[in-house]
Amino acid sequence: MAPLLELKNYSTHYVSARGTRVVKAVDTVSLVLNSGETLGIVGESGSGKTTLALSILRLLPMAARKTDGEILFEGEDLLKKSTEEMRQIRGKRIAMILQDPMASLNPLFTIGDQVSEPLRVHEGTPRRTAWQKATALLKAVRITAPETRVREYPHQMSGGMRQRIVGAMGIACEPRLLIADEPTTSLDLTIQAQYLALLRDLQREHGLALIFITHNLGIVAKMCDRVAVMYAGRLVEFGPVRKIFDQPRHPYTRALLQSIPRFADSRNRLTAIGGQPPDLSAPPLGCAFHPRCPDAIDRCRGEAPPETGTTNGHTVRCWVAGS
Amino acid sequence: MASRAATLTFEWTMSTLRMKGFPWFPVVILGTLALAAIFADVLAPHSPEVGQLGQRFKPPAWQQGGASQFLLGTDHLGRDVLSRLIFGARVSMVVGLLAVFVAGTIGTFLGILSGYMGKWTDQLIMRVTDTWLAIPALTFAIFLAAILGPSEMNIVIILSAVYWTRYARVIRGEVLSLREREFVRLAIVAGCSKWTIMKRHILPNVLNTAIVIASLQLGVVIVAEAALSFLGVGVPPPKPAWGLMLADGKKGLMAGYWWLTVTPGMCIMLMVLSANLLGDWLRVKLDPQLRQL
Repeated sequence: MAPLLELKNYSTHYVSARGTRVVKAVDTVSLVLNSGETLGIVGESGSGKTTLALSILRLLPMAARKTDGEILFEGEDLLKKSTEEMRQIRGKRIAMILQDPMASLNPLFTIGDQVSEPLRVHEGTPRRTAWQKATALLKAVRITAPETRVREYPHQMSGGMRQRIVGAMGIACEPRLLIADEPTTSLDLTIQAQYLALLRDLQREHGLALIFITHNLGIVAKMCDRVAVMYAGRLVEFGPVRKIFDQPRHPYTRALLQSIPRFADSRNRLTAIGGQPPDLSAPPLGCAFHPRCPDAIDRCRGEAPPETGTTNGHTVRCWVAGS
Repeated sequence: MASRAATLTFEWTMSTLRMKGFPWFPVVILGTLALAAIFADVLAPHSPEVGQLGQRFKPPAWQQGGASQFLLGTDHLGRDVLSRLIFGARVSMVVGLLAVFVAGTIGTFLGILSGYMGKWTDQLIMRVTDTWLAIPALTFAIFLAAILGPSEMNIVIILSAVYWTRYARVIRGEVLSLREREFVRLAIVAGCSKWTIMKRHILPNVLNTAIVIASLQLGVVIVAEAALSFLGVGVPPPKPAWGLMLADGKKGLMAGYWWLTVTPGMCIMLMVLSANLLGDWLRVKLDPQLRQL
């Protein structure tokens, strides 16, 4: 079966106004996602996760003047679509939940109007029918008393409810792919857990593929089938979640996993990765991670490692682990 | 649950109907002026344009020498001041409201376009606005009036052509901050077109601002209309306009004929004040978050 989404050597470069500085925000990324699967994209801030997500929707800021490679969605290259075709794909076939869903609702419209908006934009559903559907959607995201809530305004909702409403908007047109960009960072832990359970249920019911962008590895372990670890715009490791958590191959992935705080060994201090992420406009020669890497060898300083595959679609970019 | 919802809606409607803090003062003033404007023919005791020269400079009825048939006195041509004020309300209302509406529509449209589209559209609209603002408003209005000639409709055109800039400027600024808000981004992500976003997400959010500017501009426009009439390029003379009356009355001010300037001045002031108060109330009322308080 052909995968739902496939990125082939995709790159996005931000070019400064004078063209003097080039930032490789996403650099030759290849990955695959089948329908019904969940992909987690993890990495530090500024590692290109959000740029990658926006690339899929073709919503990059103006500065991203150079893109390269292919983004195949249901077999069609999204980079070759016209602006209008892309507009029709957004929200209908690929939906996205933004980083701050709390602020994602228009304060002047009722919940019903907002949840039914994608339906009215993409399917031209008349207002009345769209509202009925909105009520059903609110029920699907477990909002109590949806008949009352559709007529209320965003400020009357709690944070968790707003989050679920944004989720309802995301699935309104029954998309094939839902991208969630750090959807739980503004929520407290109990609400987070509820929301994640809800997303998983929705995924099961609608056969959605999910892309989860996060730096919370706990969420990845719980939610995802595959994990892509990004560092400085590159995919350093990609593979099934089990493999990556049990046998991380890239030193960066290992360091990430070690820096999860644990209750058990409270005597030790929290492990952190030393150093800073590199400046993407002047990345270090060779492997971008080598200045912080405990296992770096001479070769890492001179040459960038290629993507080497092992079994079960587990790939890694590392001279030491890949050989 | 449904009955609870019904009760809630019912209570909400009731509290809206009761209108706590309803601005009675401006509504009564504006209502009275509007009624006077509409029923001017019935209400006015005398003709506003034809006077009796034998009755010149009669003071208001309660002053010594006043006559009860001229409640607010007469002017230099023996015309009844009250009748002229009543007919003047018609001119000021029509000109003021129309000019504010037309200017607001143009300004809001250009402001949203400029703020949301950005790039050269923004540059073009904003440079035109800058140029427009650099010309002194009243001089520009007089210039236009000289070209178009004096008539009520022309005044509406002139005043809207002069005063749309403030809306465009302020609303552009508002849109610039709105377009970065998450809900606009979400609308883009959800596949709304630019026009849909401008119409459904931007416009309702700047309407508050537009209405507040409009209520403030109503005062400016009425004063400007008065100024144009005062300078002789506004409403053509035999017609009664408040500004014109003010202009005619100023000659009598030194001679003690105070009612010729004070009465139209009061009318202008009351109308401007009411418009501002009403605008302020509307601003609160139109915001769903403030509405509940």
